[in-house]
Amino acid sequence: MSSPRNSDLANRRAARPHTSMFLRMLMRAAVLRRGRAASALLAMVVAASVATAMLNLYVDVQAKLRKEFRNYGANILVVAKDGQALPADTLDKVRAALGGRGLAVPFAYAVARTSDGQSVVVSGTDLDQVRKLDSWWSVTAWPNASQDALLGSRAAGVVSPQRKAFDLSFRQRTIHLKPAGTLRTGASEDSRIYLSLQDFENWTGVQPSTIEIASSGSPEEVNALIKKLSQTLPTAEVRPIRQITEGEARVLGKTRSTLAAAAALIIATAALCVLSTLIGWVFDRRRDFAIMKALGASEGLIGGFFAAEAAALGAVGAIVGFGIGIGVAAWIGRVNFHAPVVPRFDVLPIVFVGSIVVALVSAVLPIFLLRRVQPAMILRGE
Amino acid sequence: MFGRLVYESFRRQKRRKLLAGVAITLGVGVATAMIAVATDIGDKISRELRSYGANLIVTPQEDTLDVQIGGVDLKPPSDGTYLNEADLPKIKGMFWRNNIVGFAPMLPVSVHVNDADVTSLTLIGTYFSKRLTFGKQDFVTGVRVTHPWWKVQGAWPDDNSFDVLLGESLASRLGSKAGDEIEIAGQTHRVTGILSTGGAEDGQIVAPLALAQQILDKPGAVRRVYVSALTKPEDAFARRDPQTLRGAEYDRWYCSPYAASIAFQLQEAIPHSHAEQIRQIAQNEGTVLSRIKGLMLLVTLAALFASALAVSAAMATAIFERRNEVGLMKALGAGNISVAALFFAEALLLALIGGVLGFAGGALLARQIGQSIFDSQITIEPVLFPLILAIAVIVTFGGSAVAIRRAVKFDPVYALRGET
Repeated sequence: MSSPRNSDLANRRAARPHTSMFLRMLMRAAVLRRGRAASALLAMVVAASVATAMLNLYVDVQAKLRKEFRNYGANILVVAKDGQALPADTLDKVRAALGGRGLAVPFAYAVARTSDGQSVVVSGTDLDQVRKLDSWWSVTAWPNASQDALLGSRAAGVVSPQRKAFDLSFRQRTIHLKPAGTLRTGASEDSRIYLSLQDFENWTGVQPSTIEIASSGSPEEVNALIKKLSQTLPTAEVRPIRQITEGEARVLGKTRSTLAAAAALIIATAALCVLSTLIGWVFDRRRDFAIMKALGASEGLIGGFFAAEAAALGAVGAIVGFGIGIGVAAWIGRVNFHAPVVPRFDVLPIVFVGSIVVALVSAVLPIFLLRRVQPAMILRGE
Repeated sequence: MFGRLVYESFRRQKRRKLLAGVAITLGVGVATAMIAVATDIGDKISRELRSYGANLIVTPQEDTLDVQIGGVDLKPPSDGTYLNEADLPKIKGMFWRNNIVGFAPMLPVSVHVNDADVTSLTLIGTYFSKRLTFGKQDFVTGVRVTHPWWKVQGAWPDDNSFDVLLGESLASRLGSKAGDEIEIAGQTHRVTGILSTGGAEDGQIVAPLALAQQILDKPGAVRRVYVSALTKPEDAFARRDPQTLRGAEYDRWYCSPYAASIAFQLQEAIPHSHAEQIRQIAQNEGTVLSRIKGLMLLVTLAALFASALAVSAAMATAIFERRNEVGLMKALGAGNISVAALFFAEALLLALIGGVLGFAGGALLARQIGQSIFDSQITIEPVLFPLILAIAVIVTFGGSAVAIRRAVKFDPVYALRGET
C-alpha cells in the first residue's frame, strides 16, 4: 500500500505541527481532493455572485431608473391661487424644502401684444434651470445675453418670421427683443416666447406665479414634500402632476416585478446547481464515511464533519461570490445607466446565510440517506 | 455495441443521469424564459409607457397662436380653424394603424353655467370611450385610453348622451356632486361624475364632443386630436427630414414606427392638418425604454452565463463519478476516442432531452410571467427552439469536454484499484 505518493505524504504529515484531528480532517479533505472541492467551491461562488448581483440590482435599479424618469420633467406644481403672484420668498422656501434633491424653476406669465396687435403669451423664467428641467425641449440656440428671447416655433412665425428683432408691449410698456433661437416641444410652449426672469420683471413688473418642481425621491418622499410645501406655502396651491407621477409608478412597478421574477429564477437555478454539485460531492465520498463509521465514529461526529465542511465551503463561496457579484452589478450599472450601482452591504447577510443554508442542506441530505447503509456494503463497493 | 453501452448507461445509472438531466432542463428552462422575456420586454414596457398619455398631437394646418397659461385658454376659443371629425377614423386606415393605441379629439368652448356665475368657463368636448368604424374594423377610442390618469368619481358619461363631467375644483366651487343637474349655455345637463386629473381640467367641464359642437354651432369641428401611438426610440435616421430622403431610404423611414414618421402619416391621413410629436412624452419614452431593455438584456446574459455554468458543473460531476467505468473500458482495450465518443453521445442525448423539456418549461414560465406582471402573454418565437437546442448542446459539450479529457487520460490501474 506504500506507493511513492503515500510515503511522500507521510513525510510531509510528520513535519507539520499537530492540530486537532477534526480540523486536520477538514483541511486534508479539501487539499487532497482539490479537483472536487474546487468544482464545488466554483458552483458556490457562481451562485453567490449571481445572487448578489441580482439582489443588488433589484435594490438599486429603482433609484437608477427614477433618475431616468426625471427627464420627464416636473412632478410637482406650485401655483399661486386666483392668478396672483407668489410671495417673493416662495422659491427660497421651496428650495429649502427640496434640500438639493431636485430642481425648482419659477415661471412668470403675461399676455403681451405684438406690434400688429396679436396676443402672445410671454414667460419669464430661469433659462439655465429650465434647460436642466425640461431636457426634451428642442432648442436651436439658448439665449445668453440680455434682451434675447427664445421663441416657440409657432410664436416665431407670428412675431418674427424673418428672425428679425421685434417689439412687444405690455400695459403700455414696450420691450425690444432679439430672437436667439427657436423652441420646439409639440405642446403649448410652441406658442410662447421665453425671456430671462430679470428681463421679464424689469419689463412687466410681474412676479412668478408658478414653480415647477422635479423631486427625485420615491413616491412617499414626493407626497411628504407636497404636504410640507402645502403647510409652508398657505397662499399657493401645491399639487402633483398626476400624468407624470402615475406613469412613472406604473412603469417602475412593472420593471421591478420583471426583475424580481428574473432574480428569483436565476437564484433558484444557482441554488439548485449548488445542491446537485454538493450532493454529488458528498455521495462520492461515501467511502470516507464508511471508513469513519467502521473506525467507530459516532453518527453525530460524521454529520458534524460533513456539515462543518459544507458550512466552510458555503461561507468562503459567499464571501468570494459577494465580491464578484458586486463587480457584476457595478458593471451592469456602468454599461446600462452610465453610473455604477452602489454596493449594498445589507445584501451580504442574506447571501451569506443563504449560501450556508443551501450548502448544509446539500451535505446533510446524502448523509441522511447513507446512514441506513452498512459501512461494509459501501467498502465492498456495492 | 455502442448503442447498447449508451442504453445500458442510461438504464442503470438513473440517479446520475437524472441529476445531470435536471440541471440541463433547469438551465435551458431559465435561459428560454429569460430570452423570451428580454425579447418581449420592449413591447410590453412601451405599452406601459403609454400610460403617460398621448405622444402625438394633430392640429389644423393654419392654426392661430394658443394664448394659454397653465392650461387655461385666455383667448376666445371660438376663432381659428378646425379639423373635421369625419376624417378621424382614417387614422385607423394608415400604415401604422396597429401601433395607434388610441386617439381623443378635443374641442374647447367657453360657456356660462347656472346664469348666476358671471365668469366664463371652458367646456371641453371629447370622446370618452367612443365606438368608431373604419372599413370593416370596429374600435373603441377616447380619453379613457389616451389619458389614463384621469379619474372619475361617479360614472363616465355616455358618448352619445349630453351628460357631462365636472372638474374637481370646479365642482367644489359650485357645490355640485355626481348625479346633480347643471345648466350650461341655457340647457340642463346631468353631471355623471367628478373628474380629477391634477391638471387644468380640474377647473373645467368635460363633455361629449357633440355637445361642444352644438354649443359652438359648428357640427363636425375638432380643435386638436391627441394620438397615443407605440413608437420606436428615435435614432439619427429618424431625425432626417423626409423631404431629403429618396427611394429605398424614404421607404425605410416611412415604414419604421418612429414618432416622426407616424406624425407624417397622420398628416397624410387627415386633410389640412399638422401633426407633431409631443416631445416631453415621445423623446423620453425612447431613453426609458432603451434603459429597461438594456437592463433586461444584461440580466439575461447573466442568466445564460449562470445556467451554462450550472450545466457544465453537473456534467463534470456526472463524468467524474465514472472513472472506474473508464478504467474498466480501457483495460478491456477501448481506445481514447471510443471512450470519449461514448461520453459525448450520452451528453448529446441528455442535452437534447433536457433542451426539449427545458424549452417547454421555459415557454410556460415566460407565459406565466407575462400573465402575472403585464396581463398579456409573452409569446415565444418558434425560431428560438433550434437556437436554444443548439445552445444546450454546445454548453453541455463544452461543460463535458474538460471532464472527459481528464477521465480519458486517467490511468486505468488507479481507477480499478479504487484510488483517486
